Amino acid sequence: MSTLTATPLPRTTAAGIPVPDLLDADRKALTKKETAADHPTWCPGCGDFSVLALYYKLIEKRKVWHEKICTVAGIGCSSRFPYFVQAHGAHFIHGRALPFASGVSLSRPDLHVFVFGGDGDAFSIGGNHFSHTARKNVKLTYVVMDNHVYGLTKKQTSPTSPIGFKSKTDVWGSTDRPINPMKQAIAAGATFVARTTATNIPHLLKAMEAAMDHDGFSFIECLSECIEFYPGAFDAANPRKGGTFFEVPADHDVTDEYAAYKLADAEGSGAFGIFYQVNRPTKNANEARVIADHRAKVGDAADWQILKKTFDRMK
Amino acid sequence: MSESAVVPTSGQTPKISTVQEAIIRIAGDSQDGIQAIGGFLARLAGRSEQEVMTFMTIPSTISGGPSIFQVRIGSGEVLSAGDEADVLLCFYDHSYANHISSLKRGGIVLYDSDHVTPKEDLLGAYHHVGVPISSLTVEAIGGTGRDKGKNIYSLGLLAKMFDLNVAKLTKLIEERFGGKDPTVVQNALACFNSGYGHQVQGLWETFQFQHAAQSGAAQVVMSGNEALAYGLIAAGVRFGAGYPITPWSDIMELLRRDLPKYGGMFVQTEDEIAAISMALGSSYAGRVAVTGSSGPGISLKTEAIGWASMAEMPVVIVDVQRGGPSTGMPTNVEQSDLNIAVFGGHGDSPRVVLAPSSVEDCFYTAIEAVNIARKYSTPVFILSDQGIASRIEAFAYPDLEKVCQDISPDLSAVAEHKPYDLAAADGVTRHLAPGTRVASGKYPVVTGLEHDELGHPTGSGKLHTQMNAKRRRKLQKLAEELPAPQVYGASEGRVLLVSWGSSKGPIEEAVKLGRKQGEAISALHLKHLNPLPNGLEKIFSGFTKIVVVEMNDEGLYGYGQLGAVLRARYCDPRILGVTKTDGLPWKVSEILQRVLILTK
Repeated sequence: MSTLTATPLPRTTAAGIPVPDLLDADRKALTKKETAADHPTWCPGCGDFSVLALYYKLIEKRKVWHEKICTVAGIGCSSRFPYFVQAHGAHFIHGRALPFASGVSLSRPDLHVFVFGGDGDAFSIGGNHFSHTARKNVKLTYVVMDNHVYGLTKKQTSPTSPIGFKSKTDVWGSTDRPINPMKQAIAAGATFVARTTATNIPHLLKAMEAAMDHDGFSFIECLSECIEFYPGAFDAANPRKGGTFFEVPADHDVTDEYAAYKLADAEGSGAFGIFYQVNRPTKNANEARVIADHRAKVGDAADWQILKKTFDRMK
Repeated sequence: MSESAVVPTSGQTPKISTVQEAIIRIAGDSQDGIQAIGGFLARLAGRSEQEVMTFMTIPSTISGGPSIFQVRIGSGEVLSAGDEADVLLCFYDHSYANHISSLKRGGIVLYDSDHVTPKEDLLGAYHHVGVPISSLTVEAIGGTGRDKGKNIYSLGLLAKMFDLNVAKLTKLIEERFGGKDPTVVQNALACFNSGYGHQVQGLWETFQFQHAAQSGAAQVVMSGNEALAYGLIAAGVRFGAGYPITPWSDIMELLRRDLPKYGGMFVQTEDEIAAISMALGSSYAGRVAVTGSSGPGISLKTEAIGWASMAEMPVVIVDVQRGGPSTGMPTNVEQSDLNIAVFGGHGDSPRVVLAPSSVEDCFYTAIEAVNIARKYSTPVFILSDQGIASRIEAFAYPDLEKVCQDISPDLSAVAEHKPYDLAAADGVTRHLAPGTRVASGKYPVVTGLEHDELGHPTGSGKLHTQMNAKRRRKLQKLAEELPAPQVYGASEGRVLLVSWGSSKGPIEEAVKLGRKQGEAISALHLKHLNPLPNGLEKIFSGFTKIVVVEMNDEGLYGYGQLGAVLRARYCDPRILGVTKTDGLPWKVSEILQRVLILTK
């Protein structure tokens, strides 16, 4: 054995004075001034600004404290998100934000875990993780800012680019059938599936609130225009640009999987609202139950005593 | 074991010889339960305070295929599973044909005469003892003719041959088969007793082990994979994520089963990348987590390992090496992942690499890996291998109360915090787990982009240089703290053998053998492979030749993977390499012979 035994480690290099935790009742809701961090690197006019502004709004409105939020992202324009939020956050590798965030969520039920990313991160390089995080129903909120193009790498075809879209990798127009994120999510087993757009602020905030309140994997596709490489992509859904904002009908049954599929086939820019929402035990709850069952069996034995019981059988 | 020079005539009363150790090889098919025989013998040795080491091969086919299990039991120090068997137990013609050469001349071949026809020309070289094991088993317990139970019947034969402690073996059988249907245990005992009571025709010698010095100290018996998994639990790891791959799967299965007892969980993920990503998420959430795999899976994890290096996130990555590249030789032993462990990935991404040398060492290396990861905020590799993973050893019962540790995160508030503080006295990053309030209102971000002290991205070349130096220096600091490796044998001589991983035992045994033959030979085992401990050049200076013995290819320039690292580090032309990739552990005689030829 080496000399590196378990010594308590200094946690902070700042050698700070002890800071008492404030009682929640004594704390004021965080304003944008307190939640905004780095100035966003996005192009002026980018749809992602709305999502960020409403994230600040959500934090203020729902009185979430800095330390209780964890913002996670992969790679892409939208994935720069964690730097712009004054809270614990992680900027992980391309396509793998969901498993990283799942590790946070499963280890720390006391946190609100939000994941932000783009369509390439979610449906292309991270496609496998999208399906499996949905299937496992890990408790977290995933907002995909879908612009139908790769923006950070300057205009290549994305998995949601429509057929005929001209990009640097499909100069004659894309021919591959785009992914339908709503269908993908429903088929994979997501328990909250909603669609919104960065140009409809109240609708976007409502969707984010509903997602945050959902106990399970909550997924929002938010159309977010890339004004640099795909301008006008979502004009058809924007009444200010002469389009129509087609809201999910009030009589839509959100627990009806087939009805949700049908909605996902809506013409043009599609429908907006909650397509599908059901309650199914989360991965977090399932694991907690397994742990509770096992803990009940070992009683109040210390960890070393539990291990000793195992080792005694291996003598 | 004693040499048997003459093959006597049958009909004699068996003589009883006292032996210090014995090597028993059991050869059959993978579904014959031969691992169970080996397991019983190993466990019995453990309970009798004998030393024991096993070696097994398993086919990479889905079901069936030839398989062997070798047990070396001794009253003295046992360093390897042994070169030549004293006794070969074989169930089929193919087991006989393929393994008779592993038996020493004059050794006993105990064969199932229902299936094996001995070769005329070998009768003089080995002592052949035929027992109709299959039909006698059916006779003992009735049955299906599918030969179920012949392993336990054979255990009875071996127990008689080696005068093993029947009471202890009976207890082991009861423990193993108890709890299920009571007829299972009855059948097993009936098989064992019939085997034990069988009057073996033509056996002219039986054995008794020399009494082992009894210290009264308890031993535990387990495989390397088990020891590694329990070491992680003792170290306080409570979260893991993985994807199935041989030979790593045992570890994830064990952690999946056992962690909930300790309030932890292990997640089977959709792929290898998700596994390391989830482990890193959990580490970030406050407590060192584990992931693992074997070669191909490690290749998939490399991008995320680079992130861990950049973000300075602690995580333990277990690599149970097997034959590579690609799918390679999934059930064979090899040490060819040192390069990917040390250098894998793009950019400059320093990380720590440790390699356990024995089953016992797996347990303590796991604890050390977790503590290095915590102390230096770094990814740490544990390079195990197929040889250690599946072999069974007995080792001193650990002081669990002392080694078990709690590494729960501290979430109490702090005034301010810069994780990547360039002015930190020890130069090491400390992360705040999410959930920690920072009174200054400035929260850190962890990232794969080059960053400033708070974790926010930077394009500054100056900061990139400073942060690269920071990530490098903390491992240089670790190197200073590593214990100096000890030379096995004299500290001066003609040849110094350098080993890593599971080759330690056979290499040290080769030193013993070489010294007996008058060679000035010693060995140095390296457990810390990245960073290397300081002061190796001083040790090397006592020898004329330094030979790195490892199980990988000699490469384009004639040195194995560790050999190349050592040559690059010390620019010392006396460093040579002896390598092989036949998928089998080193034989002691093989090492000595090749080293002597190379250095003459």
